[in-house]
Amino acid sequence: MATAFRNTSVLDRDPKLGGGGPIDITPPKRWGGDGDGNPQYRDRRRRYRLGMMIGMAAIIMFFVSLTSAYIVRQGIGNWDSRTGQYVTDWVPTKVPGILWVNTLLLLFSSVTMEMARRRTVERALTAQQFGIDGEQRPFPWLGITTVLGIGFIAGPALAWKELASQGVFISTNPSSSFFYVLTVSHGLHLLGGVLALLYASVTTVLARPLDTKAIVVDVTALYWHFMDGLWIYIFALLLIAK
Amino acid sequence: MDAPSQAAAGAHAAHAHAAPTGFIRKYVFSLDHKVIGIQYYFLALLSVLVGMGLSLLMRIHLVWPQANIPWLGHIAPETYLTLLTMHGTFMVFFVLTLAPQGGFGNYFLPIQIGAADMAFPVLNMLSFWTTFVAFCVMLAAFFVEGGAPLHGWTGYAPLSALQSSGPGEGLGADLWIISIALFCAASLMGALNFITTTLDLRAKGMTLMRMPLTVWTWFVTAMLGLLAFGVLLAAGILLLLDRNVGTSFFVPSGLVLSGNLVKHKGGSPLLWQHLFWFFGHPEVYIAILPGMGVASQLLSTFSRKPIFGYRAMVYAVLAIGILGFLVWGHHMFISGMSPYSGFAFSILTMAIGVPSAIKTFNWLGTMWGGRIRFTTPMLFAIGFVSLFVSGGLSGPFLAQPQLDIQLHDTYFVVAHFHLIMGVAAIFGIFAATYYWFPKMFGRMMNETLGKAHFFFSFVGTYAIFMPMHYLGMAGHPRRYSQLTELGYLHNLMPLQKFISIVAFITIAAQFIFLFNLLWSLFKGKKAGMNPWQATTLEWTVPSPPPHDNFGGVVPVVNHGPYEYGVPGAASDFVMQTDPAGAAGAH
Repeated sequence: MATAFRNTSVLDRDPKLGGGGPIDITPPKRWGGDGDGNPQYRDRRRRYRLGMMIGMAAIIMFFVSLTSAYIVRQGIGNWDSRTGQYVTDWVPTKVPGILWVNTLLLLFSSVTMEMARRRTVERALTAQQFGIDGEQRPFPWLGITTVLGIGFIAGPALAWKELASQGVFISTNPSSSFFYVLTVSHGLHLLGGVLALLYASVTTVLARPLDTKAIVVDVTALYWHFMDGLWIYIFALLLIAK
Repeated sequence: MDAPSQAAAGAHAAHAHAAPTGFIRKYVFSLDHKVIGIQYYFLALLSVLVGMGLSLLMRIHLVWPQANIPWLGHIAPETYLTLLTMHGTFMVFFVLTLAPQGGFGNYFLPIQIGAADMAFPVLNMLSFWTTFVAFCVMLAAFFVEGGAPLHGWTGYAPLSALQSSGPGEGLGADLWIISIALFCAASLMGALNFITTTLDLRAKGMTLMRMPLTVWTWFVTAMLGLLAFGVLLAAGILLLLDRNVGTSFFVPSGLVLSGNLVKHKGGSPLLWQHLFWFFGHPEVYIAILPGMGVASQLLSTFSRKPIFGYRAMVYAVLAIGILGFLVWGHHMFISGMSPYSGFAFSILTMAIGVPSAIKTFNWLGTMWGGRIRFTTPMLFAIGFVSLFVSGGLSGPFLAQPQLDIQLHDTYFVVAHFHLIMGVAAIFGIFAATYYWFPKMFGRMMNETLGKAHFFFSFVGTYAIFMPMHYLGMAGHPRRYSQLTELGYLHNLMPLQKFISIVAFITIAAQFIFLFNLLWSLFKGKKAGMNPWQATTLEWTVPSPPPHDNFGGVVPVVNHGPYEYGVPGAASDFVMQTDPAGAAGAH
């Protein structure tokens, strides 16, 4: 059954979402012919992109919750009967300077990620159209992005070390608690992206088709840029709303 | 096979995986949405047995507090709190969330839209097994030192945020939070899959406005889950940190516990409540929306009439979904919130009555003048509507802050939510089980046993929960283990006894269902392809459907999902796949 499914006939799904279109559709332009490699590349890519965007909505809600807790917790005062005033235990955490370097690193990695995405997608296109790998010795954009990603994850680790040396730990005060929670949460999410890139790097070893690699890289790039934007948001929150 | 069908078949199944041959890949770590749906269903069934057992113990303890239970002995007050915590947790998360969405949604959403599987089968499998681990972790809480937690299914801080706040609040509470966090992660994976599948894998001709209402409700439920579970996950992580690392997100200053001043300071218990209920209220709709879809589907099918106001039903589901995110504050009227906030939450809560009424009247309109077939699934669908109305009518009372201050934390609230989201959703699950069992297992369930089950469940439910309104109005608080000593509650004791006895009978009646289910699996009458003469796509394939659902042929949809009694048609129903303008000869 699955073999039969692989042979796409002349007519096919139209490229827009879902099946809302007319039944007598014109065949969409696609790469390559029937049955060579994976003819449903475009459908699969669209589906994975859509899934990633929906997943990003869930991640946004997670960080929105933390932000709302951050703002509420910051604004809470406790009544001090001795002074007759509301006092707060929020002590702003001084954001370590290393995070500026870190931010630049991540921004740069977004550029390399985009280069990796474009090159990989082009290679997949060339391979499908002409049956050859168009770029035998590709520039290692993917490897550079992976290294930058690992470097970025090391950044907060250095920041935590710096804070720890000043005696600022997760439970020291609410501001430091949120600093650790936000940076660790973002770091773990980015680690997911790094793992996806590592998977993409070894797809050749795993004998996966090039278009699978192209989809992994394409969707990871989407996630990576999102992580980039999310970091800038978190960094701004830590700097501005301290 | 005609050309368009062949074409669709090729493209449609781009993601399809080969049929597995080994036992492990076929029945355990299966990628097939149908197997995963059945796995979810039976996990929910296991959970409901746990949850029901706990409620049985609670009802015994409320009426005979000194009773000695075999193997358990005397139930201490703190054990009672554990029972209610775990009853609520198992029922809300592992039954009401799992069975309608994870079970039936997984099994039938792809088939009803004409897809070969979910968009991401591996993620689907991962979602189930993460849920299973969450279930095991939750169950493990019973067996660790101190036992299971006693902070209620709502996990209110600071009770839940301090390890020493009571028995069960040590490792048991940590396991509870970890289990919920795992459940959240699994639900997010599931929601992602449902939404992508609905948007991207519909067959040709299956426009949004041709989707069965079941699909619409699974789709909207998935969106609610996607936006709500991340919030609970974040809150759960903060709670774990408060408990284990010494942070103070939810623990206030100056808290004295067993004579000792706690070290935490400055946190806000209300912050937990806001975060929890921002998830918790949509969760109510996650439980009930699929039931609404099933009721719509069944009322139309068995009344042999199109659903009354299909578009209005779709918009009502969307409206309920959106409003569900704006009303969490009504759980917190007594928290001292600003009267202006209370007013806003009150108005928005009552606004939910509008789409709910639209749905109710449309259900009645669907049945009106129909040639009703009183099958077991139809009886449960009618029962769903009845319970939804009965439970819903007390909603506007509780939505008013002034009244809620009186009724909050009384049995009135217990009656309200059990009717509208507890038993109504369970009736939805029963209706779906009796309706889809033939498709899932290729055999019919026994109708006589089914009707007996309906009768006991329907009468029993009303006999249990209607009197609870009176208990609540008389000031009987909920959650307390033993109030037999209080003079003003003495007169209510006979009513409590009545409720307990009816509860025992109703619980016993559920074994009719269990027997019917298991017996029919092996001995039930063989089911045909379309035993109910229904119109949607799952009834165009064999019972049970083949691995890829449509045997390599993907349907092309030409009709809406509820074309019953079409004038001029040869029979009284037109399948969605019938050629355009078909006369529906079946």
